[in-house]
Amino acid sequence: MKRVYTKEEACIGCRLCEVHCLTEHSRSKNIIKAHKKEFPRALSRVFVEELRPVSFAVQCRHCDEPVCVEACITGAITKDESGKVVHDEEKCVGCWTCVLVCPHGAPRRDLERRKVAKCDLCPDRETPVCVEMCPNRALVYEER
Amino acid sequence: MSYVIIGNSVAAVGAIEAIRRIDKEMPITVISDEPYAVYSRPLISELLAGQVKEEMMGYRAPDFYERHGVEAKLGTRVVSIDPKKKTVKTEAGESIGYNKLLIATGGMPFVPPMKGLELGRVMTFIKMDDAKRIEEMLPELKHVVVIGAGLIGLKAAESLRHRGVKVTVVELANRVMATVLDVEAGKVIQDALENAGIDIITGDTVDEILGDTMGLVNGVKMKSGEALDCDAVIVAIGVVPNAAFAKASGVNVNRGIITDDHMMTNLPDVYAAGDVTEGLDYLSGDNRVMPIWPNAYIQGKIAGFNMAGEDREFTGGLAVNSIELFGVPVVTAGMSNVDSDDLEVLKKSEGDTYRKIVLRDNKVVGVVLVGNIDRAGLVTGLIRERIDISEMRERLLADDFGYIDFPVELRKERLGVAL
Repeated sequence: MKRVYTKEEACIGCRLCEVHCLTEHSRSKNIIKAHKKEFPRALSRVFVEELRPVSFAVQCRHCDEPVCVEACITGAITKDESGKVVHDEEKCVGCWTCVLVCPHGAPRRDLERRKVAKCDLCPDRETPVCVEMCPNRALVYEER
Repeated sequence: MSYVIIGNSVAAVGAIEAIRRIDKEMPITVISDEPYAVYSRPLISELLAGQVKEEMMGYRAPDFYERHGVEAKLGTRVVSIDPKKKTVKTEAGESIGYNKLLIATGGMPFVPPMKGLELGRVMTFIKMDDAKRIEEMLPELKHVVVIGAGLIGLKAAESLRHRGVKVTVVELANRVMATVLDVEAGKVIQDALENAGIDIITGDTVDEILGDTMGLVNGVKMKSGEALDCDAVIVAIGVVPNAAFAKASGVNVNRGIITDDHMMTNLPDVYAAGDVTEGLDYLSGDNRVMPIWPNAYIQGKIAGFNMAGEDREFTGGLAVNSIELFGVPVVTAGMSNVDSDDLEVLKKSEGDTYRKIVLRDNKVVGVVLVGNIDRAGLVTGLIRERIDISEMRERLLADDFGYIDFPVELRKERLGVAL
């Protein structure tokens, strides 16, 4: 399956991936409204780690044998037929078990909603928005 | 002929999902004494708290059994196994043949002998019906005593508090969550509970449950001699493997059912998984009972693969616990609270946050995070993958510990592939 991969040599640490991820997962999908007018604010599912001069983006790796799926106590996280690791927010109770077991530390805690937020590979788009908007192609969406 | 699974919780689901990855044909029969389709047991506290509705308790979609070719015999209790005839017998006298059998009957509450256990409103708290029973008597409850300050006891206490009931938790150890937390971490959690109005009594326990003339609980007498008035008692001391019928049928049982690295028991074609087992502990290398949700799924999965003919080894369970009490999250993994000369402890405490990493030979073997638990999984991953941390030792206690602190080659390897 296609996954998002990060290239730390190319990442400039601009965090545009975070901005556009947040917008994509907002109600309005409008960059200004999503950041200024929506409460609770959406949470970006990708985040940039940085210690100059190194930076790179991290998000759910959609593992082949996802520990989070095995550990989720409510059944909110499943692996679908395409291989995508899917999170059902309705079923999530914010127990943070996935936060504890994900070897990449990818699931984020949305404290406003008391739910986990994780990469869904942008189901409404051909290419995840973080990849599309990265100004230096530090994120790629490909099969490896 | 079919696969037969006794029990219908997470280990059973792990097995069903694994079997169907290999074998799409042979029927699977699931037998459970509970009347419900598979639901999330840890959620019963949220159900009681009124934060999750019963229709949201399902651990899998309503069509799960149908889609996986499973016949679910619910409300049916298995009383014995005949390993020679390869059948199981139900309480109603029905005999069901198996090709491969999985025992996944879970745990049951450990209730030590004490006076007054027979009284009305003495309860345990591990199943959906337990939560419903408490819900029904809620209007009558003003003060409940919970015996045991482990995960179950504390979640029960929190739920009742949310429903406006006064709660006293009684714990024999000198702190809450004593199995997984040290004194410092225990204090942060105890403060959060007390600030929320829960009374905690440590270093003491209930000696006798007292009743009124109607046969209902009206108080407890403590070992110290102190007495408390209350309308109900929840016994939450712990769980023990539900393995008596298996033992009587010839399955090797110590504290739990003894399984090998393929989740097989001593009987041919009979496997066991989940809280009923005494399986391999990843860190100690010994077999032990580890009643942990993710461990049960993984054991079930390994059993399922092997039952379906695909050789898979169980590499050992890792104890992981995540709990949030009154807004304070706490997570633990591995040897979070073990005293031993070969262990090195790094820790940091600031207000309501606590961070502790336990090392052995430059590898992480235990972790406790209280308050800020973000990216805890990175540390759990270090434990599970036995990664040498020499190059990141100084950063392990940092609140923003991340992949940035990993040696560059290791980081690229991990981010470049799917695990």
